[in-house]
Amino acid sequence: MSKNYKTVNVKTPSIDGKGIMMGRPAYTEDLAPKDALVIKVLRSPHAFAKIESIDTQKASELPGVEIVLTHKDFKRNAYTRAGQGYPEPSPHDKFPLDNYVRYVGDEVAAVAAVDEETALEALDLIEVEYKKLTPVLDFEKAKENESIIHPEEDIYEMFPIGFDPKKNVAAAYSMEVGDVEKTLKESDVVVEDSFYTQAQAHVMLEPHTVNAQIDYQDRLVLYSATQTPFHVRRILSQTLEIPLSKIRVIKPRVGGGFGGKQALHGEMLAAAVTKRTGKPSKLTYTRKEVFESSCTRHPMRIDMKIGATKDGKITGIDCYGLSDTGAYGEHALTVFMVTGSKVLPLYNKVDSVRFHGDVVYTNTVSSGAYRGYGAIQGNYALESIVDMLAEKLNMDPMELRQKNMILENETSPIFEIMGEGTEGTAMNMDSCKLDYCVKRGMELIDYKNKYPRRKTDGAKVRSIGGAIAMQGSGIPYIDMGAAIIKLNDDGFYNLMVGATEIGQGSDTILAQIAAEQLGVDVSKVVVYSSDTDLTPFDPGAYASSTTYVSGNAVLKAAKEMRSMVVKEAARSLEVDIDDIEFDGTTFRVKNQEDTLSLSDLSNRLYYNEDQKQLVATGSYYGTKSPPPFMAGFVEVEVDLETGEYDILEYVSVVDCGTTINPELARGQVEGGIVQGLGMAVTEDVHYAKNGKLISSDMLNYKIPTNLTLKKLTTEFADSYEESGPYGAKSVGEIGIDTPPAAIANAVYNATGVRIKTLPVTPEKILKGLKEKEI
Amino acid sequence: MKVNTTINGMKRILDVKPDEYLLDTLRRHNYLSVRRGCDTTSCGVCTILIDDKPVPSCAFLSVRAEGKRITTVEGIPKEAEKLSEHFGATGADQCGFCNPGIALSVYALKKSQKKVTAETLKHYLTGHLCRCTGYQSQHKAIKEYLGDSNE
Repeated sequence: MSKNYKTVNVKTPSIDGKGIMMGRPAYTEDLAPKDALVIKVLRSPHAFAKIESIDTQKASELPGVEIVLTHKDFKRNAYTRAGQGYPEPSPHDKFPLDNYVRYVGDEVAAVAAVDEETALEALDLIEVEYKKLTPVLDFEKAKENESIIHPEEDIYEMFPIGFDPKKNVAAAYSMEVGDVEKTLKESDVVVEDSFYTQAQAHVMLEPHTVNAQIDYQDRLVLYSATQTPFHVRRILSQTLEIPLSKIRVIKPRVGGGFGGKQALHGEMLAAAVTKRTGKPSKLTYTRKEVFESSCTRHPMRIDMKIGATKDGKITGIDCYGLSDTGAYGEHALTVFMVTGSKVLPLYNKVDSVRFHGDVVYTNTVSSGAYRGYGAIQGNYALESIVDMLAEKLNMDPMELRQKNMILENETSPIFEIMGEGTEGTAMNMDSCKLDYCVKRGMELIDYKNKYPRRKTDGAKVRSIGGAIAMQGSGIPYIDMGAAIIKLNDDGFYNLMVGATEIGQGSDTILAQIAAEQLGVDVSKVVVYSSDTDLTPFDPGAYASSTTYVSGNAVLKAAKEMRSMVVKEAARSLEVDIDDIEFDGTTFRVKNQEDTLSLSDLSNRLYYNEDQKQLVATGSYYGTKSPPPFMAGFVEVEVDLETGEYDILEYVSVVDCGTTINPELARGQVEGGIVQGLGMAVTEDVHYAKNGKLISSDMLNYKIPTNLTLKKLTTEFADSYEESGPYGAKSVGEIGIDTPPAAIANAVYNATGVRIKTLPVTPEKILKGLKEKEI
Repeated sequence: MKVNTTINGMKRILDVKPDEYLLDTLRRHNYLSVRRGCDTTSCGVCTILIDDKPVPSCAFLSVRAEGKRITTVEGIPKEAEKLSEHFGATGADQCGFCNPGIALSVYALKKSQKKVTAETLKHYLTGHLCRCTGYQSQHKAIKEYLGDSNE
């Protein structure tokens, strides 16, 4: 839909790109006081153990050591690091420090010292006696295992989530529409299989970092590389029993998050150190700690069973999931529910559909939020089995999708049944160009000529694979975002948002939304995010919510500011409001010569007459969560002799409504695609038999590099979401969902080998090829 | 130990420990564009130029900097600004944690006047990991920046 916008949907460079490229101090560690105590954490060498005794005397006596903290120093207030709205849907099953350690890398004690060397030396002096317990390392054997990972009594769920720690169950969920067993029994064709996904690591380049200090008003001030400053403040207050009003959390520039910084990591210990010592402190995770002791994507087993009529109408989908939340239950239920709620509605014409399963504890690195959470796991399973079904039906897989997928103005009963941790919200697909995305994607990848495979030279085969996906735009009725706009003298604005810029460009696109409504250049909107003292509330950067939820809040505030300045101009020009015409910089009186510039008006309001400060606010929460959609296609070239393959091109056609900033939206999609390709292709997770993570550095855990793929082709569908700001939906996560299934489908089309455990490695392909020969 | 160096054109005598790496020395002296990303010389965010050649400062002992010319992105503001304009045009600047390191590497390439193709440029940049962009927008921007030295 072409609208005559001046800043929205117009090529606009990031407002902060120059300063960042020039290396100006901006990130959390850059802002740490020079005299900050350095915090180092003693971490568990055992996958599961009880701390029988812990002696910190020698460490405390080491010159330069300021404080040593163990579980004995904390009141037992159970909390969750998840970083979600309140009440939290994740179990409160973690303590700042505990007398149990539940995975290799779990926190045992913390030391704060004058420098890193001293802190590390002190860690060696802490004497811990562990009673080793039998760890649960296989998540398929976790439920009702005799080894109970959380035997403590003082942990709890805030509302029913299926929490049953005595059975190693962090959460459970079940829903059914119709009678799926009956439907599948009566279906002409049924396909079923199990799919496994791995514990992908975020690998944002800036590690988890926090600085703490006490300010001159005796308040605790944290600078944190977080996606959720307001949740951090609330969780610290509740857990450490510091009044909320005595804590300020500032989020400086953040070097990537992808969900990993939704949770609290170093904040609890840094806050505790500074609160007790009164001295500034800092805690920066090493890369090993980021891998070993933060969180990962939830590994899952997904059992899919799908039925269809002979002519290719999908009749029913039965999906059982088993999710591994690791040592703590962060996002246990919410990630799991998304595996159903943002995946199964893709095929909304089924007679019945079921989604059920458990989220279990294991003695491994905790799972948590990660871009596309739940959806990418479910998408891999569903979009693999749809290709398998197509083969059995002797039908083209894209034709099968086109026949059964969700279309504009349609709905799915799942939207009403499943939300994130709670019931969902019924909604129609008021904007859904998935049909266009599929059609256009097929053109771009040249599906007609290239599907399914072509022999190239020697043992090499080129093939195509595809998948479709959907996401959401925020969590309706739960997550509220807000904005404040202030008029300055000389006629420029401040935009204060709690929305959390973490590198995705939210400051820029929110400035564009405000500028569009206010009729000014983006440079006239100075953005500040986020600071619990200075900016209004926002849940933070997660759940694909910023463009849609925070963007709507900004739009509301800008509309209010616009009407405020018009009212003041009318007063100044002594005419009715209705007689004022305003283009953003100049007020004109209808049919008269009189004009007034915004700059003059603002100076008048500051210094001369009718003096006042104009401030407008806007708050917004979604009453629905309009999904962005996409179709993804990949062309690969597989060497049948070695199983190795090259990714020649990835085509994405995305419906995210209006792209507020087309280049940044492309950046979100392309960045998501390549992260998804990482999960699909190279990002393998290895544990030793004792539960120690082996893939705990960038040499052993391989994220995509400059050489991972040859070409990305990304286009956007012409789409307009009526409820979104200037027609926009969100775009942060949708890109990550399709690569695992698209790669698995392409590799199958090349080789006849169906890879059902991610990542799709040459070794697995070759093994499959050898087995076929036998 | 004292080390005589030139940092961004200014002669400096640094007081360093024998086992200290240049990354830590430089951050201690407020060259904050030099960052720690991985500890295994894998990611490239600690890149600096030593005598105009890109080097991961996390693996370069400070004592080895004796008599060397060190450049951080703070020392090439005009080039960084130019590159940022190209990044802005292609939407390549996301979190930006890796940008100063990339700026130094591509500046060194430009200064060396070596001719590169799209493919050799990709190989040249493999030491710079980026988790945000998917790389393609960076390549476009860098090719524009290299301008004449690009084939």
